[in-house]
Amino acid sequence: MPFADYLTDPLQYEFMRRALVAVVLMGAVTGIVGSYIVLRGLSFIGDAMAHAIFPGVVVAFLLGQSIFVGALVFGAITAASIALIATNTRVKEDSAIGVMFAGSFALGVVLISSSRDYSRDLTHFLFGNVLGVTVSDLYIAAGVGAVVVALVVVFYRELLIVSFDRAAAQAMGLPVLLLDLMLLIAISMTIVVSLRAVGNILVVAMLITPAAAARLLTDRLGMMMLISAAIGVLSGVAGLYISFHNGVAAGGAIVLVATVIFGAAWLLAPEHGFVTARLLRRRLAAQAEPEARIVFESPEIQSPGGH
Amino acid sequence: MTQAVTRQRAAAHDDCLVIRDLTVAYGSKVVLKGVQADISRGQVIGVIGPNGGGKSTLLKAILGLAPVVSGSVTLFGRPASQMKSRIAFVPQREAVDWDFPVTVRDVVLMGRYPRSRWRRLASGEDLRVAQEMLERVGMADLRDRQIGQLSGGQQQRVFIARALAQEADVLLLDEPMTGIDSATQEVVLDVIEQQRRDGKIVIIATHDLVSASCACDCLCCVNERMVSYGPVDETYTPENLAQTYGGPVIMLERTGQPQPAHTHHTGDHAHHHHTHENLGAEHD
Repeated sequence: MPFADYLTDPLQYEFMRRALVAVVLMGAVTGIVGSYIVLRGLSFIGDAMAHAIFPGVVVAFLLGQSIFVGALVFGAITAASIALIATNTRVKEDSAIGVMFAGSFALGVVLISSSRDYSRDLTHFLFGNVLGVTVSDLYIAAGVGAVVVALVVVFYRELLIVSFDRAAAQAMGLPVLLLDLMLLIAISMTIVVSLRAVGNILVVAMLITPAAAARLLTDRLGMMMLISAAIGVLSGVAGLYISFHNGVAAGGAIVLVATVIFGAAWLLAPEHGFVTARLLRRRLAAQAEPEARIVFESPEIQSPGGH
Repeated sequence: MTQAVTRQRAAAHDDCLVIRDLTVAYGSKVVLKGVQADISRGQVIGVIGPNGGGKSTLLKAILGLAPVVSGSVTLFGRPASQMKSRIAFVPQREAVDWDFPVTVRDVVLMGRYPRSRWRRLASGEDLRVAQEMLERVGMADLRDRQIGQLSGGQQQRVFIARALAQEADVLLLDEPMTGIDSATQEVVLDVIEQQRRDGKIVIIATHDLVSASCACDCLCCVNERMVSYGPVDETYTPENLAQTYGGPVIMLERTGQPQPAHTHHTGDHAHHHHTHENLGAEHD
């Protein structure tokens, strides 16, 4: 099949056009927000939140309401509780989050088991159903995504200072806890936007993998966000095409593409890549060798103290 | 009569950092108590004492970041916690994520934040001040480097440039002499001297008794309580240091005269930079 057909064939279907818009939105938003998740070491919290909003999605689904609203409500509750739990020093933060997200996820499973189409619905929630995206889903995703990106752009300075140097941020009078809360809420909103495309289980990959790859490619936060968003969009679109042409699950294909891109960046990133760093070292060693020989052969070194 | 005296005192204090009967406690554990100090413009104060003695806590209390249970800290007549933009802070270097993707210049520009909270982009003035401070600490050439690629001493200089970029009235330095090279030590001492000349207040928490005694006008000796506060001549004494550290302390001469017993002096009388650290005995 010619490449042009490969690209245009899926576009004749309405559901594919909607799915493409959905993955582009998701890729961009997860890429940008994911940069902070990667830099602040919030991967675990991101994963926890993806699971914790599950009951919200289920309740909304069972009541016939928008899953975005249900997830958003639970996302806000989760974000607030995580920030709250973090203020108590007795319970280690990661165990508290672990307890909470597992419990919340279990609640979601129990709730959905009352549904008649139990296993199909569960599959859609867990692994995404990007081909079932509706137009109103897209509007909500675009709206929520715009809010999230606006927050991250408008509070760029504050988030930068808090993420880099917390002590200085506090000393400068920044509202550190409020900014943390805002970031957590932005993360949960991002998860909600991505649920349709990749589902509950794989969404954390879209939050972490493109950003982690971007970190390997740049030393600037702004650039990292742009590259990460680009990788997110590329993974979404490429994964969707692979899914269409090869008949495999879209969510899985999207995450796999992102993983391959990360692997390539890890191997080949300028300076820091596994392969590049080795080549660089070998080249430097080769350049350094002749000089080293001269030093060892120089008479001053060989006969120290000689006149 | 008494009212007039009070007013007069208040007027004098309007130009000072005034610490009154300060007590800090985490939960029920009192970590620092009884701190009294009147610090006027152009004074350099060294906070010394053993580890866990409350040096960093005192700096945090001045910033309004420690749980003060009684007493007060006022700057120019107002609670210091409301004057955050006029107090610049150089934290200990361990507290920072050095792999973070920011450049040296980005870090220095962070110091402009308290002056322009609502601005979203750096102004020409911000960029000019950042550049000036980078030059002052000798880091202008490396301004586009990622911060983690610098040596410890260079990172410390960038942090100092960030604090200077805030153009604050009070400069707080937490262990500025720890783990840095002698060139950076000289930069730190230069900056302190310049701040003194500019009529700023400088407060340094440090282990380095020799630098503290040389660079500072007054010492504030703390060991869970304030042991003493006063001019270096009165506080840098064997008895006082023994009381602060809870045991005898080996003292080096602070005059810069070569001391045959233990000297690494280079004969530099302007800045007695020493590589000795932790001359005070540690009692934790």
